[in-house]
Amino acid sequence: MDVPLEETPVYKVKSYKSDLKPIWCPGCGDFSVLSAIMRALTELQLPPHQVSLVSGIGCSSRLPAYSTLYGFHSVHGRALPVASGLKLSRPDLTVLAVGGDGDGFSIGGNHFIHACRRNVDMTYIVMDNSVYGMTKGQASPTTDPEWPGSKLTPDGPGVAAFKPLEMALSAGATFIARAFSGDPLEVARQICEGIQHPGFSFVHVLSPCVTYRPEQKTWRERVHEGFPEPTDDRREAFLRLLDDDAFSTGILYKGRTGAFQPHAEATTRAVALGDQFVI
Amino acid sequence: MAHTSVSIALTGSGGAGVMTAGQSLLDAAAKAGFYGLMGRTLGPQIRGGESAALLRLGTHPVQGTDDGYDIIVAFDWGNFARFHDEMPLNPGSVVIADPHNGAVPDVLAPSNPHVVMVPFHDLAKGIQGGRVNMVGLGLIAALIGLDQAFLIERLSRQLAGKGAEALAASKAGLEAGAGAAAAITGVAPLSAPDPARGERWSLTGNEAAGLGAIQGGVRFCAAYPITPATDVLEWLAPNLPKVGGMLVQCEDELASINMLLGASFGGTPSVTATSGPGLALMTESLGLAVASETPLVVVNVQRGGPSTGIPTKSEQSDLNIAVHGLHGDAPHVVTAPLSIGDCLFTTQWSVYLAESLQTPVIVLSDQVLGQSRAIIDRPADIAFIGRRRVPETLDASYRRYELTADGISPMALPGMEGASYTAEGLEHNPFGHPSTQTNFHEEQLAKRRRKVEGFDYGDPWAMTAGDPDADIVVLTWGSSTEPAREAMERVRAEGRRVRLVAARLIAPVPVDRLTAALEGARHVVVVEQNHSGQYCNLLRAHMDLPGTVHPLHRPGPLPLRPGEIVDHLRGL
Repeated sequence: MDVPLEETPVYKVKSYKSDLKPIWCPGCGDFSVLSAIMRALTELQLPPHQVSLVSGIGCSSRLPAYSTLYGFHSVHGRALPVASGLKLSRPDLTVLAVGGDGDGFSIGGNHFIHACRRNVDMTYIVMDNSVYGMTKGQASPTTDPEWPGSKLTPDGPGVAAFKPLEMALSAGATFIARAFSGDPLEVARQICEGIQHPGFSFVHVLSPCVTYRPEQKTWRERVHEGFPEPTDDRREAFLRLLDDDAFSTGILYKGRTGAFQPHAEATTRAVALGDQFVI
Repeated sequence: MAHTSVSIALTGSGGAGVMTAGQSLLDAAAKAGFYGLMGRTLGPQIRGGESAALLRLGTHPVQGTDDGYDIIVAFDWGNFARFHDEMPLNPGSVVIADPHNGAVPDVLAPSNPHVVMVPFHDLAKGIQGGRVNMVGLGLIAALIGLDQAFLIERLSRQLAGKGAEALAASKAGLEAGAGAAAAITGVAPLSAPDPARGERWSLTGNEAAGLGAIQGGVRFCAAYPITPATDVLEWLAPNLPKVGGMLVQCEDELASINMLLGASFGGTPSVTATSGPGLALMTESLGLAVASETPLVVVNVQRGGPSTGIPTKSEQSDLNIAVHGLHGDAPHVVTAPLSIGDCLFTTQWSVYLAESLQTPVIVLSDQVLGQSRAIIDRPADIAFIGRRRVPETLDASYRRYELTADGISPMALPGMEGASYTAEGLEHNPFGHPSTQTNFHEEQLAKRRRKVEGFDYGDPWAMTAGDPDADIVVLTWGSSTEPAREAMERVRAEGRRVRLVAARLIAPVPVDRLTAALEGARHVVVVEQNHSGQYCNLLRAHMDLPGTVHPLHRPGPLPLRPGEIVDHLRGL
């Protein structure tokens, strides 16, 4: 059968966008990430009904409803297990998980570690603004220890910031990247590559909160291309992270471990399983 | 006079092989045509230490323990005092012990058993490669009238790879035991089993639950190990792939329940098994399953609680958390299997309910059901297969949380073009869009309640037995059913009229069906194994029970005995 060359793409960016208006504040970095996800899906021409978008709770976790994908807005911290269960049982789908730094690194921290280890073929996009926005501005795991901006921790959280990329690499993630929401083309590029990577891909997006962390407007000046090319050498990747100032962008690491995807063809009818109990 | 049932306890320290011996005895008795049941009791040690195999063999189906034991075979007394209360003695019982291990413990003296000394260790030592447990087996078989050939057949298969010497040693052990039995008088053998019999199965409640899940359509399990539920998972792990499914071991129960949500959202019927502490961790996401209307089944194999409690012993004390543990108004379904064999039916039925109603179902099994092995007649084929309602038309008009008459809304699955939606834990409108509007909240609350409470659960809601018009009703649930049923039969044999109502459907409380089943009752005895009478309290919160209500409950770890219930019924 002849396959006609597709002159015009079937799916456009708007194919992936729902009519719902985001609840985000004007200027929020998450708008760009939403667009970048749509751009990546358009680039890959993935049918919207074949893509699923799973999230937890928080500002960025509202994202699924703004798409025409099969979304699951779950509970706080649990996007990764929901997404893992979906992908494992439906390997035909493209599965994305999204959320924020509190959702992914604090309440969902254990799942983050084990999702990196498990290496299920899905893409996890964390919009990191170093603050809990939905609960009106508390310190998150990636907040500076001295940040005095929260009534909950007026003298600063006093705890060293969580290092998502180091953690992901240590835990065994096979695709690790960082981008800045102010560079949506780069975000889209990384998501595209992450989706195509056979295994768990982690895209860490610095996505400023203009409301509770207005000083993050300076992030545009601070980000720099620290990882121009991915390495497949974990030692090299660790060395890069030791020099990282938390604003290096690019794809840090692409490993070669195959994805975890148990699969078995049915060989027995369910009712026949009872035969093993016959005396 | 021959017996229709005999209860036997084998006890000894690690290395004596009491579990192997018990299992061999049960299997051989099953081959000979008897029914049977084997439970086990273990100390807290990780491996070894004192243990006991607790058997009941009978000519009729036995899925519950008797009041006490007729024969105790003690290879040694180890830490017997620590768990002797799990082995009460029936009148006329015989205790067979090794004279080298000292006198029979004082704790047994009040029961005044017939004590026989058999030098198990000396007899075993006299055989090349001999083991005390084989001597014990030979002795028990001779006492109860079980043809040794069935034991030899069983051992031949078991020892197939271990060479002829191993089998010869076992056979010699059986012979030595049989020889010792010749000197023991006063133990009545079992009656001959019914020669006309159909296919029989040997399985535990946990295995039965696993089979029920798969037969109901489950193809995905995500789980975290926990006593006493792990055997469900260990059975599912090799069996799910045979039907094209899978089991994934998770980092914790939070991951388990949420992986189930993901898999079920994708259209795959899903199950997990856990126990109290795991269920507690899962409750937040069970609420998400209610709100997002995602079907799933949790087999909760109850153990003594609260907190870590008594992991290896049974109790029916998770009813409250199963029914009331979710925050918000979160109607869902709670069921309970009525016997070891019924773990199959109830779990399969629960998958059907979950899939039909798009809601979580919690199955309240427990340690005594889950970890006891029973010989049962081949279970009848079960018609309940999970079927999810899916949309007929796929276009922009599709509303995931449509307000339907029965409250069940067609559920699109990823991959269906034109019907994508976002499953929501936030309150939402019929499209699934988040909303705080009063009318949407009230409509969705009502819809979720309507589908669960308005559903026709049919005859499986309960098992009824006994005299339908009796004044006295024994009302029970779950694993208390077998002792309650046996108690009812004993009291009926004394000429009293009694009926039994054993509920499989715990929540929603089937008020109309219960009212009909209890009609005319003057005494309602509510039997369960927990400290506070959780089921009785649940019923009283929902309905007026007729006549005089007699809550009859006590906690674990000791199993409920029919005699306790008989004593109460006689006093009415």
